[in-house]
Amino acid sequence: MASDTGHLLEIRGLRIEGESDGQWSTLLHGVDLTLRRGEVLGLVGESGAGKSTLGLAALGHIRPGCRITGGSVRFDGIDLLALPESDRLKLRGSRISYVAQSAAASFNPAHALLPQTVETAVQHRLMPLQTARQVAVAQYRRLQLPKPDTIGTRYPHQVSGGQLQRVMTAMAMHCGPDLIVFDEPTTALDVTTQVEVLAAIREAVEARGTAAIYITHDLAVVAQMAHRIMVMRHGSLVEEAPTSAILAAPQEEYTRSLWAVRELVKPDQPSAAAPLMTIEGLDFSYGRNGAKALEGITLTIPRGRTLAVVGESGSGKSTLGRVIAGLNVPTAGRITLDGQSLPPALRLRSRDLRRRIQLVHQSADTALNPRQTVAELIARPLELFHRLRGRATAARVNELLDMIELGPRYADRLPSELSGGQKQRVNIARGLAAGPELMICDEVTSALDQLVQEGILRMLLDLQAQLGISYFFITHDISTVRAIADEVVVMNRGRIVESGPRAEVLSPPHHPYTELLLGSTPEMRPDWLTDVLAARKAGQQAES
Amino acid sequence: MQNNSQGAPAVSRRRRSLSIASASLAARIGMIVVLIYLLVALFAPFLAPFGEAQVASSIPYAPPDGTFLLGTDQLGRDQFSRLIYGARNSMGIALATTLISFTVGGLVGVISAVLGGWVDQLISRLVDVIMAIPQLIFALILLSIAGSSIPNLILIIALLDSTRVFRVSRSVAMNVAAMEFIEAAHLRGERLPWIIRREVLPNIMPTLVAEFGLRFCFAFLTISALSFLGLGIQPPTADWGSMVREASALIAYGNLTLFIPAGAIAVLTISVNLIVDWFLDKASGLRNGQ
Amino acid sequence: MHPLIRTILQRLALGGIALFAVSVVVFSALEFLPGDFATSVLGRNATPETVEAFRDELGLNLPPAERYLGWIGGVLRGDLGHSFAGRAFTPRAVSDIVLPRLANTLFLAAITAAIAVPVALLLGLMAALYRNTRFDRIVNAATLSTVAMPEFLVAYLVILVLAVKLPAFYAMSTLSPGMDLTEKLQAVALPVLTLSLVIIAHMMRMTRAAIIGVLASPYIEMARLKGVRPWRVILRHALPNALAPIVNVIAFSLAYLVVGVVVTEVVFVYPGIGQTMVDAVRNRDIPVVQACTLIFAATYILLNLLADIISIATSPRLLHAK
Repeated sequence: MASDTGHLLEIRGLRIEGESDGQWSTLLHGVDLTLRRGEVLGLVGESGAGKSTLGLAALGHIRPGCRITGGSVRFDGIDLLALPESDRLKLRGSRISYVAQSAAASFNPAHALLPQTVETAVQHRLMPLQTARQVAVAQYRRLQLPKPDTIGTRYPHQVSGGQLQRVMTAMAMHCGPDLIVFDEPTTALDVTTQVEVLAAIREAVEARGTAAIYITHDLAVVAQMAHRIMVMRHGSLVEEAPTSAILAAPQEEYTRSLWAVRELVKPDQPSAAAPLMTIEGLDFSYGRNGAKALEGITLTIPRGRTLAVVGESGSGKSTLGRVIAGLNVPTAGRITLDGQSLPPALRLRSRDLRRRIQLVHQSADTALNPRQTVAELIARPLELFHRLRGRATAARVNELLDMIELGPRYADRLPSELSGGQKQRVNIARGLAAGPELMICDEVTSALDQLVQEGILRMLLDLQAQLGISYFFITHDISTVRAIADEVVVMNRGRIVESGPRAEVLSPPHHPYTELLLGSTPEMRPDWLTDVLAARKAGQQAES
Repeated sequence: MQNNSQGAPAVSRRRRSLSIASASLAARIGMIVVLIYLLVALFAPFLAPFGEAQVASSIPYAPPDGTFLLGTDQLGRDQFSRLIYGARNSMGIALATTLISFTVGGLVGVISAVLGGWVDQLISRLVDVIMAIPQLIFALILLSIAGSSIPNLILIIALLDSTRVFRVSRSVAMNVAAMEFIEAAHLRGERLPWIIRREVLPNIMPTLVAEFGLRFCFAFLTISALSFLGLGIQPPTADWGSMVREASALIAYGNLTLFIPAGAIAVLTISVNLIVDWFLDKASGLRNGQ
Repeated sequence: MHPLIRTILQRLALGGIALFAVSVVVFSALEFLPGDFATSVLGRNATPETVEAFRDELGLNLPPAERYLGWIGGVLRGDLGHSFAGRAFTPRAVSDIVLPRLANTLFLAAITAAIAVPVALLLGLMAALYRNTRFDRIVNAATLSTVAMPEFLVAYLVILVLAVKLPAFYAMSTLSPGMDLTEKLQAVALPVLTLSLVIIAHMMRMTRAAIIGVLASPYIEMARLKGVRPWRVILRHALPNALAPIVNVIAFSLAYLVVGVVVTEVVFVYPGIGQTMVDAVRNRDIPVVQACTLIFAATYILLNLLADIISIATSPRLLHAK
């Protein structure tokens, strides 16, 4: 059947509902989507926007527990929803394919990579086995995988996350599909790995002229990949426009809020004279003979200011936070708080010392006891550290709830009755209740949507201005650093590679690792990736 | 006053948590059955027309009539009265067993999980060894040494069952102990009893309550099986397992008396299972905040 | 050393330790007997000399460690001591009592396993595939009730239907030496049916849970999105990963059989080791109880060990270490 519009994919008025606990709720409210051949469409939105549901619908797939209540999905003129499942299967993997967010979970652990890559082609008899293997190796090579001839014999758990994501892209491209759906393919990766994967995906897609739907929550990432962008929220379309137009002149306020954190920049303030905490020559290793997880850490935390520690996973930034909190006992070095030497182990610290340093965990979901109400959660440090009882406690809890912009009416709620951002605010309020001088914030905003992040960062800034608390702020995100930091420490593999006032660290000249980290952070302009790749190529040529 | 403003559910779920009104039909039937059993057990002396061991008729194996609703047994005792007293004995012994095994196994399990380290390792390995012998077989060898008496029976089954309770409570408590709110409590300098009472127990309670139901069934079935084998509760104490054994010879003659006590056992355990099923369903929903 | 081999050796060592610990527990059974048991075994008119000779034979006058070594050495050679029953007259070797019975029990268990394992796996697989359909609900309700019932009720229901109402089989499963295989099979039909019903219920529920767990994995969704056909999704993508849980389910059920066999043998008066053990416990014939316990526990431990090793050997993470 020939397509009369010439569009590769046409979704019209698609409504999908999902069931939870016997209740049906609408996930997609009649969404339209059109894609031309060879076009890359970006699908952007926060969690719960329905972008994955829409992306899977492009393959004619709905997750168990969901149902379609209206609309149509036409791929190359074929009505996917009306097609029998056996015919849909013939299209999947060969003409429409899918790249999932977590490659580690989406590859079958029981089989090597090559058989999984060629499975569709061989099963649908699109190529003989030998050819299929050669094509796969060629794809591995195109995606710049190391040892493309032999990497296929390895098992998923033997290959790194970034490489696995590229193998999955190779698998998706294997049969030369007309359309690929990328569902947050780089979200789980570190920024320096993300650049490589993005570059590999873009090159592979461009070279074949494959159409793609690229789903992500990060507008800066999708700007590098897509010709056109659709912004979604709560299962509906917010705005749709060519990439450059969306970035330059968003029509909707909501679209602008997707880069809210980037617009937040803490004004420069001179640091106070005496530092709150100093750390000198600190080493730490797990186990007696383990490799050093932290080595030669020396830094100072300014009083009433924020020290941001930035680095990728495995850099040791959280480990350092836990050393300061007393959870990890260092093997060498010393820490002083307010000029006094700080005992390394938690059990050696007095109640007052424990009060003065508070740790706020990344995930409020696991940091708040689900069986205690907001009031109980916040009241405990008040009872323990300030000996408050009864009405005095309740009054102080209400004050704290006002400070975190929730208000006393939330006092009786359980964590499960709060949104993600509200939970994180309660988590912070519990830290505040102790009345600390130093608050260690371990990636407290990284799991949240942009707008919520921005709200929490603003609140933390306000609290600092009011109460004069110092923050030891652990993050992997450069825009968060700009928003909250006065001083910055860059960590890599357990060592500090660069430190100083924010303006100094974030502007050239850089240490090579800082350079790599900053250079790998996507920017809100469509040419960013092209420029980065060009610059790196030039750099390599200059070296050789 | 609790208006929904920021996308959070407005009604506090705690207040509508586990009401009987939300129970499924199967669970409601289960609850009614268990309630009836409990009442019968409690008021056995008032409900039974004859005494537990009273030889009420000179005719053994008399068929049912107006006086002996279910007939008489091999000694001429009233079957109906023995069935009622059996409820009290069988359930009471199983309940005592489960209470002991939970107090011991549950407490040691939670403490072991929260403490960790070598204490945990030592207790866990010991439990592994006890659990390497099938429970019924272990019970048999212990009974052959100690002899069958009700206190021995309760202690032996409770000891063996407490290893299962230990495993379950340890593993759920380990999951909770790995949570960051436990770390937060350590950071505040909370003491072990407070952490167990306030942070751990409320989170593992639903699992433990469900497990209590299942363990009760298991103890009840084990003791019935032992009594059926003639190694559990000894005559003249009335209990359902022994009643099955005493009536079992008659089945060859088409007498179906044994199905009354055997059915009584099955109806109770199935009912408890139905309640546990519903409860687990409900509890997991509550945990996920749905 | 290859991590696979290291892990397997570790498990073997743990299994060995468990067996040793069990043997110590079983051995100590004699230790805890009340002081006057010799008199009760030998009868009221036993002289102090015969009591002393009896204690000597049991080695009760030796230090425990030495006695244990002697005992376990005997066990390993197949010498399980002498029965207490009829002690005053002609003591019978425990092995003569237990071994023929063990053969009968193994016969019963083997036939049950041969029937129950495939049926349960098939039902479990079907219930998982047709999850939340009427088929699934019916099977679920039926198995839940069976799991919650005492075994003797299942046994008597089987007798009621197949021996009393429709007299197709005998309610008693007596074996006699001259029987050929058909007669033997007919004799064990009802106990086999009883045990099968109980085990299928357990096993089917666990298989269903294991398969559903695997089917919920992202790689199964990925396989579907790659256009892999449903039967291939099950056989190639789900099954290799469900193997370990399924093997554990089988081992668990066979181990359960070890216990279930006791009650079933008593109901059907089947001359197996379970029946023997119950009689021995009743008569407090400790050497026979010890022998039976050792056999049951060793079977149980070895089955679990085997399952452990199979699931380790099929784990891709261990097979293809980094």
